[in-house]
Amino acid sequence: MSMAGAWGKVLAVVAALAVVALVTPHMSSFVILLTTRALAFSILVMSLDILLGFTGLASLGQAAYLGIGAYITAILATRYGMGLGYDFWLVIALGILGGALLAALFGLLAIRATGVYFLMITLALGQCVWGLAYRWNSLTGGDNGINLGQRPKFGIDLGDEVTFFYLVFALFALSLAIMYTLVRSPFGRSLVGIRERELRMKILGYNTWLHKYLAFIIAGGFGGLAGVLWAHTAGIVSPENVVLTTSVDALLMAVLGGAGTLVGGVIGAAVVFALREYLSTLVPWWQYALGGVYVLTIFYLPTGLMGIPARVRQRRAALRNRENSKELASVAS
Amino acid sequence: MDARFWLIQAFNGLSYGALLFLVGSGLSLIFGVMRIVNLAHGSYFLLGGYVALSVIWTTGSWLLALPAAALAVALLGLAMERVFLRPLGFDPLRQVLLTVGFAFLFQQAALDIWTGNNFDISPPPALTRSIVVAGLYLPLYRLFMIAMALAIGLALWLTMEKTRLGATIRATVDDAQMARGVGIDTSFVSMLIFALGAFLAALGGVIGGAFLGVYPGLDFEMLPIAFAVVIIGGMGSLGGAAIGALLVGLADNFGKALFPEVSYFTLYAPMALILAVKPTGLFGRE
Repeated sequence: MSMAGAWGKVLAVVAALAVVALVTPHMSSFVILLTTRALAFSILVMSLDILLGFTGLASLGQAAYLGIGAYITAILATRYGMGLGYDFWLVIALGILGGALLAALFGLLAIRATGVYFLMITLALGQCVWGLAYRWNSLTGGDNGINLGQRPKFGIDLGDEVTFFYLVFALFALSLAIMYTLVRSPFGRSLVGIRERELRMKILGYNTWLHKYLAFIIAGGFGGLAGVLWAHTAGIVSPENVVLTTSVDALLMAVLGGAGTLVGGVIGAAVVFALREYLSTLVPWWQYALGGVYVLTIFYLPTGLMGIPARVRQRRAALRNRENSKELASVAS
Repeated sequence: MDARFWLIQAFNGLSYGALLFLVGSGLSLIFGVMRIVNLAHGSYFLLGGYVALSVIWTTGSWLLALPAAALAVALLGLAMERVFLRPLGFDPLRQVLLTVGFAFLFQQAALDIWTGNNFDISPPPALTRSIVVAGLYLPLYRLFMIAMALAIGLALWLTMEKTRLGATIRATVDDAQMARGVGIDTSFVSMLIFALGAFLAALGGVIGGAFLGVYPGLDFEMLPIAFAVVIIGGMGSLGGAAIGALLVGLADNFGKALFPEVSYFTLYAPMALILAVKPTGLFGRE
């Protein structure tokens, strides 16, 4: 990719984000909430993309980090009244730390595994967290979950939908910027190297285990951040947040948008949230649409929605080549 | 907590393990032969229960519902393997995502056809009685479950170990490329195993419907437990699936009875640890 091309893409993303930031506050409160939810969840999807798209590790347990951030937020808020004022920023830090620490623990078990085994072990680890959330009634409220009641107030009132949207948007944009910088850094490049051929990276002297472990922890930290925001967006934290289908959702969103692009995950999340929460209010068959979109994407668009332009270009180039060769053939004869 | 408590819990765990064996053995064989992580396996379990309900509602025969549901779901699995999974080739991530896409489609279809209500499958009256052994009341139905799992396990084992077909399956599990090299039609073996896995899962769904119920969401509740069975026992191994099912069944029952707050944790944490230490499971084929 040329330097100019990269900057063009960054500009396009910034412009698209600016449109979202400007247009959303003028929409109905339903759309504002929907966008806020999608943005908060997008942070989780992007964090998963660091593993899936850049490191080649398909995790089926990413909801665990969303869960730990969300439960930290809810338990601190309801038990200790913490995080409802200026200390909200402290809770954000704790959520990130919680996600990163959990990933540091889980990574010790998971990182050695590859391919299908990595899928399975992250599934098992995610289920551990789900099991605790579901059963540890005295801490997590069990199946009923924990109601947060109110959003933080500190100078600004996050109970106001538009203010809260801006906060989530800002943290989302910051996360995107940090992750983008990360994947383009030498560290990010070596992750891609590991994805492409781990053995070669090892031979070149890279500590691939450590690289993968760090990527896993970073993804966990962003997952924790997503969890804190998700808790306040939904107002309730329950085992639903850490259930296997939530992890699967994140994975599907990343693939739907296009793995290894970061922004693709955001597009995937937007499509899924729109289908699931908007279409479901209009028609009863929305889940067929969702399942159909998944199956068709996996079948016909392995590079996801973000891969469409490249595929179109390829198709065109192939057509042009064919025409050129025809002309050549006619000239020759 | 006296001896009675332990005996009854052990019996319940054993019978639950019998059910888990039906679900887990199919999943294990599918993984062993095709290296596919089939996230639609829970859906087969649930659909088995639903189809059985429809058969019972129209014919009133539970005995007919059992094979009918299992065969119907086996056909569904067969079609899924032929039309979608086979053309995809070997690509673990895409295969996983495809099966989960189908799980969502099945979920919605089940909701449309059988509504969102909770149902129970009532077994024939002959099986609803209890017998008394040494002062313990043992429900006949749970004994039937154990007998069923034993019979199926035995049939599977005999097929795998004593027949030519079984030998080709084992060869495909051990080294698919080599098996193809010596002229085994691994594509046919895959199709057969996938259908068999769906058959067994659906059978489990019908049998389990009597005490777990049949309701939306059961598919994704059953799925991780089935994976725990497969992973603890070892992927691609029948004996492993049996031992895994037994361990998970017992762990689940005793966990819920003794330390309810961490009961699922005690199930999945060993699963993660086993995966980390020995990815092929306790009894998996290397």
